Amino acid sequence: MSGDRPDVSDDGDAPQSRYDQARYVENGEYEPLLSEKDRTRVKIGGDDADTDGSPLPDDLTRDSLELPELSEPELARHYTRLSQMIYGIDSGPYPLGSCTMKYNPKFTEDVATLPAAAVHPDRTEASVQGTLELLYRLQDYLGRIGGMDAVTLQPPAGAAGEFVGIRVAAAYHEHNDEGHRDEVIVPESAHGTNFASAALGGYDVVSLPSDDDGRVDLEALEAALSEDTAALMLTNPNTLGLFERDITTIADMVHEAGGLLYYDGANLNALLGRARPGDMGFDVMHYNVHKTFATPHGGGGPGAGPVGVVSDLAPFLPAPRVRERAAESTAEDPVYERFDPEHTIGKVHGFDGNWLVLLKAFAYIARLGDEGLADASASAVLNANYLAERIEYDVPYGPFHHEFVASAGEQDAADVAKRMLDYGVHPPTTKWPEIVPEALMTEPTEVESKDTLDRLAAAFNAVAGEDDDALETAPERTTARRIDQTTAARTPRLAWQALEDDA
Amino acid sequence: MHGSHATGSPYAPYTEEDRTAMLETVGAEAVDELFDIPADVQFDGRFDIDARTERETRRLVRSILDRNDDVTELLGRGHYGYYVPSLVDHLADRSEFLTSYTQYQPEISQGFLQALFEYQSLLVELTGLGVANCSMYDAATALGEAATLADRVRDTTGHRVLVPELLREERRSTLENYVAGTDLAVETYPVADGTVDLAGLTDLVDDGVVMIYAESPTVRGTIEEDLAAIGDLAADTEALFVLGSDPVALSLLERPVDVGADVVVGDASVLGLPTSYGMGLGLFATREDYLRQVPGRLVGASEDATDRRAFTLTLQTREQHIRRERATSNICTNQAWVALRTAMHAAVLGPSGLVELAERDVQRARDLAARLDDFVGVIASVHDRHHLREFVARVDRPARAVADDLEKRGFAVHVVGDHEIQICIAGVCDERIDEFVAAVEEVTR
Repeated sequence: MSGDRPDVSDDGDAPQSRYDQARYVENGEYEPLLSEKDRTRVKIGGDDADTDGSPLPDDLTRDSLELPELSEPELARHYTRLSQMIYGIDSGPYPLGSCTMKYNPKFTEDVATLPAAAVHPDRTEASVQGTLELLYRLQDYLGRIGGMDAVTLQPPAGAAGEFVGIRVAAAYHEHNDEGHRDEVIVPESAHGTNFASAALGGYDVVSLPSDDDGRVDLEALEAALSEDTAALMLTNPNTLGLFERDITTIADMVHEAGGLLYYDGANLNALLGRARPGDMGFDVMHYNVHKTFATPHGGGGPGAGPVGVVSDLAPFLPAPRVRERAAESTAEDPVYERFDPEHTIGKVHGFDGNWLVLLKAFAYIARLGDEGLADASASAVLNANYLAERIEYDVPYGPFHHEFVASAGEQDAADVAKRMLDYGVHPPTTKWPEIVPEALMTEPTEVESKDTLDRLAAAFNAVAGEDDDALETAPERTTARRIDQTTAARTPRLAWQALEDDA
Repeated sequence: MHGSHATGSPYAPYTEEDRTAMLETVGAEAVDELFDIPADVQFDGRFDIDARTERETRRLVRSILDRNDDVTELLGRGHYGYYVPSLVDHLADRSEFLTSYTQYQPEISQGFLQALFEYQSLLVELTGLGVANCSMYDAATALGEAATLADRVRDTTGHRVLVPELLREERRSTLENYVAGTDLAVETYPVADGTVDLAGLTDLVDDGVVMIYAESPTVRGTIEEDLAAIGDLAADTEALFVLGSDPVALSLLERPVDVGADVVVGDASVLGLPTSYGMGLGLFATREDYLRQVPGRLVGASEDATDRRAFTLTLQTREQHIRRERATSNICTNQAWVALRTAMHAAVLGPSGLVELAERDVQRARDLAARLDDFVGVIASVHDRHHLREFVARVDRPARAVADDLEKRGFAVHVVGDHEIQICIAGVCDERIDEFVAAVEEVTR
């Protein structure tokens, strides 16, 4: 009856979406590399008649440079095609557990490209009062949101924030003649960066098992704490989405042992306006502004990982921070200056971190205000609970907050994820935390509507009902089909130059 | 509902009806019931942050930033403000690039993976080294990562890391933090007339050295002339030779592999990012020998189920989410989007544009130095070396006073000594250079 129209109804009236990602194929391969579109070798210096001669002697220069030389229209098409072969938040739901993939408001890109934001870090304080004021106000905002007394904006990512926390803890203990403390305790289910950041700081990592309910096991903690404990790193709610109900007891135990309590801010979105790490007894924390405060993830970064501390630790923060210069400030015309904290650990970035990201975070917080921030956590938690209720997979641990960890049961969680790609949604984080078998760690965030959550649940449920064959051959509708990971790792080809070698 | 939003987040698209239905589904009367937070740690206060409309927020940020003085920056020393072509902004801002996550699901992320693969390939061509990762945070942290790599790959019992005495203090301090958890100790070697004092360095090198770091161009804009000799020195003692540079310089200067570099670090965002208050992109390239010890993410080529070439993050067993405390680095979130911009900018320039840009950086710095040198009371450049894009000038008047007077006339320069200012031409157009020359003449009289 509708023979003229292509068949687009092979999913019938199924509640889940289907998705066919853009796919360009030329000469049997996907979109060619720039190097396959052109290679031009430019000679440098020498007696070559084609060159005007280099302003440098030949012994200081390379002989030539070979790269693609393409016109702007060709490049515009290349990168547009590449972008079409990517799924972003604006493409559809992105419920990656622990990643807080929120919608990134467009206007924050506009404020980040204001000409007045483009200043060099070596400018004099007097000539960049705007930048210093914005940094000062963001320090202040973050301090209030986390219940912390002092904030540094320098760490360029969450892991860098963790590293600052570790270095601050080391400096603090050293300052108090407690430099012998050489252990950092990290729960088994923590983010991998916690372990790695502690190790980078030279600490021995003591891994802490969780109790049967999925929270910190107080007996195990008691056993792990000692006079060698420098810090305990905790995420709260933890990676199962559970609030550590014993947090004040945990804080007392750690402090009793002379250690510091570190808050991993990855899951702060669950608590905005409802609880603050500073009020729970945490001494130091990082904020993932690319999670909680909606700055875009950019395909892996840049983010920013500001660190807040209680007043006792403020003298150890990285240099410089920004403060008001009281003597010259008036209410109408405040004056800001950079200063080095008294016992600073120094620098963890060549300048002052990811300024453009911090600018976007400031704009986001200023837009939402108290009401918006509190609503973000409320809606994020409601969304997670609603979604969990609608999916057929079992969710063994609760009550969870902004995220939950379902189990794929008999199915392979990684295969489930691949199949979900065919239904126009991004899958959850898989196979972690390991306490849940075949884990599907799911965080829908506050930005999804009920309709979208229903569609997302339908995608979960469609996959739950499919057999191993369908799962193992997925995905079918993405640009690339299932990619061979073994070959990639066994025969590393990490640049176009390496592709030619085996041709 | 989408303007002022006294009742909630403007980015949480609920109706009251939806909320009621959802609460009913989860079996709760109110959202508060879903929070399992003990009463003693609940927060009942306020942040006292007012909600604003989008327009009000933009006005707020603009009003704050407008307190920055609009001056022409002749500033460099590791952060540069080259002109970034419009194509970079427009295409990098496509939301698929901007709003996607790390490519843990490669089948649906081929576009970003390919762009990062092309970025890695650009660095392989520029350095001649076989492996480049797809980003560190910035030049300073890349240097720190190079030191911990040296610590892991060297069999020697030594622990000395040698860096030039002119190294920016901020980089040195970052390096110190990165090696704090190791037995490495950072020491400086002397510099003569703006570049490595080879004899002084030779005196310091022994079997206890695990890494020698040099930069070209240096922080003072001088081009290092003894790189191959430094490479030999490092090779003789089995120390790693780590070279600091950037993609513009590498387009023209000696290939790192040809001078014996084992690792190249630096700020790759000289391409792709405008002046951004020091935000950068850590370049990290090394020899294939050290592949399994590389920090950060790597994109590799493989095949998909249809046997077509496809890209994926690979060798992830080096990384923190798999290897935890035994990972090669703690880095997770990196600077991928900046790497995309850098690759785009390099693609717009092409090889001829890159070489031309670098050659102009040499020529224009030389020309400006010559013009300033004509003034009584100015010696430019103070170093008898070739320079790229920046140089140090000696002024008879106190440098701070000269810089302050220049700032009043709308120009920012570095003060690097009592009577030394540093001047960078990157991104500054010829007309402004002429005005700057006139201003310098006025303030150095």
